[in-house]
Amino acid sequence: MLTGEGSIATRPKTTRVVSAHTSVLARLKEIWRARELLVYLVRTEIKVKYKNSVLGLLWSMVSPALTLAVYTMVFGVFLKNGMPNFVIYLFSGLLLWNFFSTGILTATGVVVNNAGLVKKVSFPREILALAAIGSAGVFFFFQACVMVIFMVALQWAPAWPLLYLVLVAVVPTLVLSCALGILLAAVNVYMRDTQHLVTVLVGSAWFWACPIVYSFQETLAPRFGADGLGWVYFLNPLTILVMTYQRVLYGRLTVHSTQPTHALLHILPHWPVTTYLWGDGVVLVFALGLFYVAMGVFGRLAGNFAEEL
Amino acid sequence: MGSPAVEVQGVSKRFRLYHEKYTSLKERVIHAGRIPHQDLWALRDIGFDVHEGETLGILGRNGSGKSTLLKCICGVLQPTSGQVVVRGKLAGLLELGAGFQQELSGRENIYLNGSMLGLTKREVDRMFDDIVDFAELGQFIDNQVKFYSSGMYVRLGFAVAVNVDPDVLVIDEVLAVGDERFQRKCMERVKQFQREGRTILFVSHAPDLVRNLCDRAVVLADGEMVGMGAPGEAVRLFRERLLEAGDVLGAHEVEDALDVASEETPALAEGSDLIEPAGVGLAPAPVAAAAASATSDPAGAATVAGAATLAGAASGLIQGAEVRTRSRRDDSRPVRLVEVSCVLPAASTRRYLLPGEPLTIRVAFESTRAVTGVVFQLDIRNDEGLGLFSTDTEALGVPCDVQPGPSTFEFRLESVPLLDGAYDVNLGVQTSSGLSDWREPACRFEVMNPGRSTGAVAIPVQAALVGSGALAAATDGLALPADETVVR
Repeated sequence: MLTGEGSIATRPKTTRVVSAHTSVLARLKEIWRARELLVYLVRTEIKVKYKNSVLGLLWSMVSPALTLAVYTMVFGVFLKNGMPNFVIYLFSGLLLWNFFSTGILTATGVVVNNAGLVKKVSFPREILALAAIGSAGVFFFFQACVMVIFMVALQWAPAWPLLYLVLVAVVPTLVLSCALGILLAAVNVYMRDTQHLVTVLVGSAWFWACPIVYSFQETLAPRFGADGLGWVYFLNPLTILVMTYQRVLYGRLTVHSTQPTHALLHILPHWPVTTYLWGDGVVLVFALGLFYVAMGVFGRLAGNFAEEL
Repeated sequence: MGSPAVEVQGVSKRFRLYHEKYTSLKERVIHAGRIPHQDLWALRDIGFDVHEGETLGILGRNGSGKSTLLKCICGVLQPTSGQVVVRGKLAGLLELGAGFQQELSGRENIYLNGSMLGLTKREVDRMFDDIVDFAELGQFIDNQVKFYSSGMYVRLGFAVAVNVDPDVLVIDEVLAVGDERFQRKCMERVKQFQREGRTILFVSHAPDLVRNLCDRAVVLADGEMVGMGAPGEAVRLFRERLLEAGDVLGAHEVEDALDVASEETPALAEGSDLIEPAGVGLAPAPVAAAAASATSDPAGAATVAGAATLAGAASGLIQGAEVRTRSRRDDSRPVRLVEVSCVLPAASTRRYLLPGEPLTIRVAFESTRAVTGVVFQLDIRNDEGLGLFSTDTEALGVPCDVQPGPSTFEFRLESVPLLDGAYDVNLGVQTSSGLSDWREPACRFEVMNPGRSTGAVAIPVQAALVGSGALAAATDGLALPADETVVR
């Protein structure tokens, strides 16, 4: 009943080699073979996260909505930055940022948190980190849906001809998340502070280094520009990606302030589309390089996971 | 046979034992480069092939590296040097239900676990019903796994692993779980796998199971492969090693390794179609044991209660290190066996027993000093190596304090209800510091059955047509000759 048609002896078999050194390519092949496991782990992650909660998956939409409400109140109402429909601007950046940050934050702890699995079951361990990114990707999708609802409700049209940039920018974000996620997951096994460090860095420093709740063009560019240091800001690979999203979804380069002055606000730089394409492309190349390095490091460290945990 | 299913090529594995583990950044920086550690080679240059369709046993006591080796084969650990080549799909049962997600239902876990073993959804779909049937979960399949009883949990784990159609199945002492009936079912499935020509790697410190199941066995000791060969040979080697290490083994561990037999008997009995398991010991013969110096009648016939406990699979790593550093002292093996003989009740007229006759096993031994709490171990096996009866003076509640010099000790079996065959008697002496001496086989005896019933155990039986009176009745079974006195 188990054997099916072919006998055990004659059916085709794949050969697997367990040794201290496996090439990155071999590891990638293993990951590809285990892609179905990736899907299951993503599903598990999502299911488990909301298993015993009343609102369930709705939380993935409620929590960013609450964040949005707070920031909109603080910056739009109290600090009066004067940006019309600030919530759309905020959401465009936050959308991509949330994907990136939740991805790597979960990925960092994923090997340690699944110690039981890592010690007893054999599968390419990178899958765990990738599953964390994958579930962040699913939440990204849900939040994108919320974004669409917001835009419809506020009757705010994106830059329609540039809509494809949404996909262009998400690819480098994905690769960068995977690279950092894999790297940090491995390092965290040996140095448990990584988790805390990442939480602090990603949660605050990196977040504020991205033009998400403020506009680079409006606030920082004049000062940086004067010193000729504008390029430093763009060393942060997330900057250009976030700005790409804002370019598409917020869609306006300059707006009139909602404040009584009705001053002209420069939200985004007057760049041609090719600048965004190039920028995203450079980040992608960087992310791919980092991914390769991360796979190498992970491969080196993965062999001893079971004994370190 | 063809090419080997598993090739283990010069595998070594080093563990670093840190006296203190520094896993935070601060500690790493402070202690950078000089974290005190001790290298422990859990495996040293292990190499062997497992042929396709073969069942290979790996024998070794706790801390000998067998689990590490299995983990390397499964790919959970990477060897420090050398490599393992596995042809075909490998399902590892390192721990039953290891990959389960507590929050998910049994159904979801089957799919998750299946994909961990490298199956596609469609393949799991096809096997799903078999898995649920095998695990006997019924309607609980949609309950969260965290609400499962430990039995259900383990059944599901085993069911998934054996139903996923592996080419190579790796089992790490997990067969002793679940109730007796499920154990038997697992054993049946393992045998089915053997018939189907699948490769099985099987780790145990239960020699009987290895003898019963395996085509060949590898013996590991302190991370080194000390031998490989036919199971009987390997078990002998394993026992020798155990004896060598006896002085550093805790009493519990020796007992553990030698007596696991009684825990495994149900499965064995099932496997060899001999008898149905009846409690812990097969053929529970009443036995009286007494030190020769004891004058009073020992507490009559003490029936042996199952005292065997399976080893906790606690890692023997640290212990392994201790084993190597502690030196062996002759002093720790004060009691030596001189001669062991089987005393037949009618030795003058015949050289065999009749079923049900008493038997005395006389042990002449020597002690270098006065020792208190000596434990004599008795182990009777048939010529296939199946454990029939094991007991020791500790289980019988007979304390033995020996004096320096030669003495004699006797196990007096009131009745040996066995049928035709030659039987080996193994004998061990244990003191508080460990196994002091062990003979295998120590002596032999034969049983001849004058009746016409066959099998292994002599069960007194009367057959009669009910209602037709005593005329049609016939008797067969224990022939207890009235003219010979039972030694008491």
